[in-house]
Amino acid sequence: MKERILRVLTDYGIVLMLIVLVVYFTISTPNHIFITPLNLINITHQIAINTILGIGMTFVIITAGIDLSVGSVLAYCGLVAADMVKHGLHIGGVTILPNTPVPLAVLEGLLGALVVGGFIGSLNGVVITKFKVNPFIATLAAMTIVRGFAFIYNNSYPISNLPNSFDKLGGGVGGRFMHIPYPVWVALLLVVISHFVLSRTRFGRQVYAVGGNEEASRLSGVNTNRVKLMVYIIMGVLAGLAGVLQAADVSSADPQAGLMYELNAIAAVVLGGSSLMGGRGTILGTLLGALVIGVLNNGLIMLGISDFYQQVWRGVVILFAVLLDQAKIALLARQRRVAE
Amino acid sequence: MTEEAVVPALEMRHISKTFPGVRALDDVSLTVMLGEVHALLGENGAGKSTLMKILAGAHPKDTGEILLNGKPVHIDSPQSAMELGISIIYQEFNLVPYLNAAENIFLGREPRAKIPSFVDFRKMYADAQAIIDRLGVKLNVRTPVNRLSVAQQQMVEIAKATSRKSRVIVMDEPSATLTEHELASLFTLIRQLQSEGVSIVYISHRLEEVFEIANRVTILRDGRWVATEKVADLDRDQIIRYMVGRELKDIIPKAPAAVKEPALRVVHLNRTGVLHDINLTVHCGEVLGLAGLVGAGRTEVARAIFGADPIDSGRIELFGKPVRIHSPESAIRHGIGLITEDRKAQGLILGMAVRENTTLANLAALSRFGFVCRAKEREAATKYVKDLRVRTPTIEQAVQNLSGGNQQKVVLAKWLFTKSKILLFDEPTRGIDVGAKTEIYQLINQLAAEGVAIIMISSELPEILGMSDRILVMHEGRIAGELSRAEATQEKIMHLATGGE
Repeated sequence: MKERILRVLTDYGIVLMLIVLVVYFTISTPNHIFITPLNLINITHQIAINTILGIGMTFVIITAGIDLSVGSVLAYCGLVAADMVKHGLHIGGVTILPNTPVPLAVLEGLLGALVVGGFIGSLNGVVITKFKVNPFIATLAAMTIVRGFAFIYNNSYPISNLPNSFDKLGGGVGGRFMHIPYPVWVALLLVVISHFVLSRTRFGRQVYAVGGNEEASRLSGVNTNRVKLMVYIIMGVLAGLAGVLQAADVSSADPQAGLMYELNAIAAVVLGGSSLMGGRGTILGTLLGALVIGVLNNGLIMLGISDFYQQVWRGVVILFAVLLDQAKIALLARQRRVAE
Repeated sequence: MTEEAVVPALEMRHISKTFPGVRALDDVSLTVMLGEVHALLGENGAGKSTLMKILAGAHPKDTGEILLNGKPVHIDSPQSAMELGISIIYQEFNLVPYLNAAENIFLGREPRAKIPSFVDFRKMYADAQAIIDRLGVKLNVRTPVNRLSVAQQQMVEIAKATSRKSRVIVMDEPSATLTEHELASLFTLIRQLQSEGVSIVYISHRLEEVFEIANRVTILRDGRWVATEKVADLDRDQIIRYMVGRELKDIIPKAPAAVKEPALRVVHLNRTGVLHDINLTVHCGEVLGLAGLVGAGRTEVARAIFGADPIDSGRIELFGKPVRIHSPESAIRHGIGLITEDRKAQGLILGMAVRENTTLANLAALSRFGFVCRAKEREAATKYVKDLRVRTPTIEQAVQNLSGGNQQKVVLAKWLFTKSKILLFDEPTRGIDVGAKTEIYQLINQLAAEGVAIIMISSELPEILGMSDRILVMHEGRIAGELSRAEATQEKIMHLATGGE
């Protein structure tokens, strides 16, 4: 019986945690405002960016890697997008398409951010695969380098006064479809796509294989370097996209944007049951992880808990989830021994 | 043996040990006298290492007892073995690379200074140097271990053992990485330890060394004790006969191959310091045995052919056409498969299901537009589980939950599914039970009959002799000789493998 309870707790730990938090906040917030549609939509809006980053981070972490540079990439790509929206498509002072009409300029900014994000991701990937630098160190270096370039971009000033049609991408006024902010739709679409990529495609299988046992994968004909390069590019593109959404949301591209976002993304992934040792993890888990973090942040604010205590609770929840995961691993190991 | 008047320094009596699916030791006994150098011999897998690991407290024994100087002792951890004066010097040394020789010798037992928790470095260096000097080794104990030669590191290990007042020192293949000159000084050192009353268990594949240094020898085979005799009463051939024993030729039915066209030809293959001028040809339908001692370069040949390691020169031809294989990916595209020696580290994704492991090397065959067709995948996995009789509850079982033999079958399923025309088997039956072994032999024979060209590496001589149409023997990175199935005997293989002319 005790084992049964533990089993349910470990298999559905994150779902249970989400339910407990929702019920608790519903009961304890004044007039149950937590559970109002408006607040629930707010929560999804608040977690959209972390979910998008978490998706990329899930790919990276399943290969037993890590990417600490995403917050910086987000800031830099936001600046690139804002700059292009305002000043047209240009590379290194050479203007390619000046004075494009606004809707087209927004598209240019978006694509520019995605390309730059992917490019930075590919640099991370090359350093990690070709030069065999540990991912933690490689992306730690990228984190500060890219952050530096973000400050250099506009002499440390944000780029503001962006056109309205750009701001709509952030999900503010007019930026909604069926009452749901655009970033939430984007995140949802990406959840669905990436879930199928990971669970149904050859590439997805290879991502798991590389994380599960890189040498065995290589000897089974998996181009392990290409797989690893790809996951860092995916991460970079998604960080670029997140940068656009973030800049649009606050109508300003700020070189200080995205500080600590890499850690929030990692937290969502780990809460969702991915193993930092690689080989294990799901997109749906990451979505749940992002939801738990979002619900917790929102609920604690609703209850008027001080910012400092919010941080404490966030840490406690992460620790609890990871301990549950450890219990699950121990349980599986015991079953294996019994089976033998 | 004659009545022993003196009490032996070490006695291991009736030791048995079973690992899941494998009986590693069956009623093995070993007696080592005071100040004796006792050689422990046997083929790979005979149980030498297991016996020594039990002595060292690394594995618990199932039954049997261990006596030191006639008194029964209880060894349940490496710690307790050490405290009883037993030291083991493994092939891979247990030294901390960035600490110096003295720090390594006294690791965990540093002499204390007057101030609590500080180390008395002066005393430590003086003591360490004294030990090193007494062993007759030229070495500055302040040198970091990673800057010492392999031979010097070994001396540090021995110094560490003697500084602990070890009464029994086990040396596992101590000569494997030594030059002749270094070996001579190792022998001098062993003789000195011997004169001080230290007993030495000496494990080696090189019989000449055994004749030179050992007093007595114990021979194991298939986890059983075979003989213990004075070295002076034995000759080389007798020892080899003791080691190899039974013939497998009669157990495995083998149809002689109808040899067809050459499938794979390796010409002047070199990898600096590892492989020297390797030439070989394997034909369709043929099983080519690759014999030799551990470290002779057999695995390296397979890995070079498979593109897993880079080569420095040489070429590879497939069905008469030269090909460039620069990665396992391209080897697989050319129809080559490698069943690795270490299935857990290199053959399987342990956390993945039987289904996923089976299809990993040939997902392309199951994919459309990059999506894996699940129905086809399940069908393929189910087929191979059935064909190979993999004992697993479902194809969704994680392979880490299967027994060794069944894991190996999943590895084989993976390569069968790639429809490889050339298969390289590296120790295909290591660590699996007898039943599964026979099934794997039958499968190899069946593949050969279907025209697959096979190279089989094995350290088990009966297996090589029973399975191969032709045998190449390797020694120190070179091909030392070729034997036809008719002329091959265990003695001839051992002769070539140990560097005999």
